[in-house]
Amino acid sequence: MVATDVQTPATPPSVEKEVWDEKRAARKDTREGWLFCAPYLVLFAVFVIFPAVWGLWISLHRYDFTLPDKPFIGLDNYTGLIDGSSPWSAVFWESIRNTLLFTVLSVPLLLVVPLAIAMVLNQKFAGRNLFRAIYFAPYVLGVAVIAVLWRYLLDANVGLINYYLGRAIPWLTDVPQAWVSLVGVTVWWTLGFNCAIYLAALQDVPRSLYEAAAMDGASWWQKFRTVTLPGIRSVLVFIVSTTIIASMNMFGQSFLMTQGGPGNETRTAIMQISDTGLRQFDSGMGSAMSMIFMFFLVVISGSVFWLTNRDSDAQAKVRKAKAEARAQA
Amino acid sequence: MTTLTREQILAIPAEDGGPGERRSRPWLFYTVLGLLTLVFIAPLIYMAVTSFKTPEDAISTTPQWWPANPTTQAYDRVLNDPATPVGRWFLNSMIAATANSLLAVSTATLAGYALARIPFKGRQPLFVLIVATLFLPPVVLLVPNYLTLNFLGWLDTLLVVIIPGAAGAFGVFFMRQFFIGLPKELEESASLDGATRWKTFLTVLLPLARPAIATLILLTFLTNWNDFLWPIYTLFSPDKQTLPAGLSTLQSANSVRYDLLMAGAMISAVPVLLLYAFTQRFIVEGIASAGMKD
Repeated sequence: MVATDVQTPATPPSVEKEVWDEKRAARKDTREGWLFCAPYLVLFAVFVIFPAVWGLWISLHRYDFTLPDKPFIGLDNYTGLIDGSSPWSAVFWESIRNTLLFTVLSVPLLLVVPLAIAMVLNQKFAGRNLFRAIYFAPYVLGVAVIAVLWRYLLDANVGLINYYLGRAIPWLTDVPQAWVSLVGVTVWWTLGFNCAIYLAALQDVPRSLYEAAAMDGASWWQKFRTVTLPGIRSVLVFIVSTTIIASMNMFGQSFLMTQGGPGNETRTAIMQISDTGLRQFDSGMGSAMSMIFMFFLVVISGSVFWLTNRDSDAQAKVRKAKAEARAQA
Repeated sequence: MTTLTREQILAIPAEDGGPGERRSRPWLFYTVLGLLTLVFIAPLIYMAVTSFKTPEDAISTTPQWWPANPTTQAYDRVLNDPATPVGRWFLNSMIAATANSLLAVSTATLAGYALARIPFKGRQPLFVLIVATLFLPPVVLLVPNYLTLNFLGWLDTLLVVIIPGAAGAFGVFFMRQFFIGLPKELEESASLDGATRWKTFLTVLLPLARPAIATLILLTFLTNWNDFLWPIYTLFSPDKQTLPAGLSTLQSANSVRYDLLMAGAMISAVPVLLLYAFTQRFIVEGIASAGMKD
């Protein structure tokens, strides 16, 4: 490593020497800081920054990487999608619509159900960590395992679910049943993630606030609204945005459980973009689609962030109580 | 950033006035917990049981919670069929997840330390740039990264599931948060003793960072082991695939041979479930702490 030690002078140094030493130390810090970052920055530059910029550039071309000619066409890929003149337009907007539908259906469940479970777990009782570990377990499995397993359990003829219901519901081959399956499986699979975060947040809510509310004779609902919710507000913002982003990026469940069907009914944006860009070799169009998709993602998560992150009196009170609790500890 | 320790959890008083926290009917409480456990565990048990069934029993219209004719034929078949070499996929996944997590965590630890502790010129804008990419949807990088890997000649080799994934920003962010939480005095006293920065990092900070590094290795390993979208588009040959991509191949080849599909799913699931069983506290708390940033 490159380290030249700064000599500590035996006598008190003159002012100029001090300034000079400081400059030298700052230069050394800068050199070392960038050196420590260098290995990561190589990866980051090649596989994140460069493709982010290049993707934008590709989207301005008719870019088929199997063909030698990749003409620049300006915004044609975008306008073709927006005004419907491109053959990709209909299927792309359908996939965006499907993705938004999935997001609207899954996000509320993924916000409320894990919170309810976390509140049940937020008590001292024998085996609490065991239950938390069990509810989290499906999340450590990949989407491929989950989807292959649930395709079996939801099989219309031989699946467990229809056996116990005593019906022959086409869970994967008809809508709206397919959406119920995709949302249900996703909730089952990822609920533990939000639950673990909620639980950590609930344990951080100062006890004193509950005691004060109890002394005021607050009901369960009042305590929930004036103490619990403001107490976990900052974490709630995190959970809302990560859940929306995860739902909008849904891919594997549709790909493996319904193959996007029936028709294109459950085909999601990610499925369409990867298919267009990588399977149909229309990389320019695929990139344009991914930019439009990102636009939706930014607008939606940005406005949700803005809506949920506004401050309130109750939250200020919680922050004060948290600071006091920390000062005492 | 708040990380819950065991002491904090144990310090929670049994009785207090939080909503839903007073239990007058413990039997009801444990019934609810038990039912939830069933919901999460039963499908996994059924997967395990079915993987030991005959093809006929696997599609029996009366569910068998214990195989009528227990057999390992499904495992024999998926492990030996050259079109679906599950054993090979297992090896590929093991190599990829190990190499990827080592690469990602070592580079992230170095960068995370520098961003937390070295006041270098350009640090703030660099950190903002790295964190901003956390919000970049991965699909935006899909097409250009595919083209880059095509150019490098890496497509259909394990390099595609080892190298690009290590460029993600999460690890750097995670390690930076950890190093920021350490008291500064540790390094100051070491540097007064004349140790170089590199030596201080190796001998003082790295040992302290062991729990954080272990957590990050686990999370990265799991992410890579489970990654699905990227390998199905970049690995084509049957013997080059990882388990998740392979499961997709297995499903296309044997759409209703649920005995084979469950055996394949078991081979993918059991290693991570075992890993999880021994390290669940690290994994769950690692994820919980990522959300706690007031």
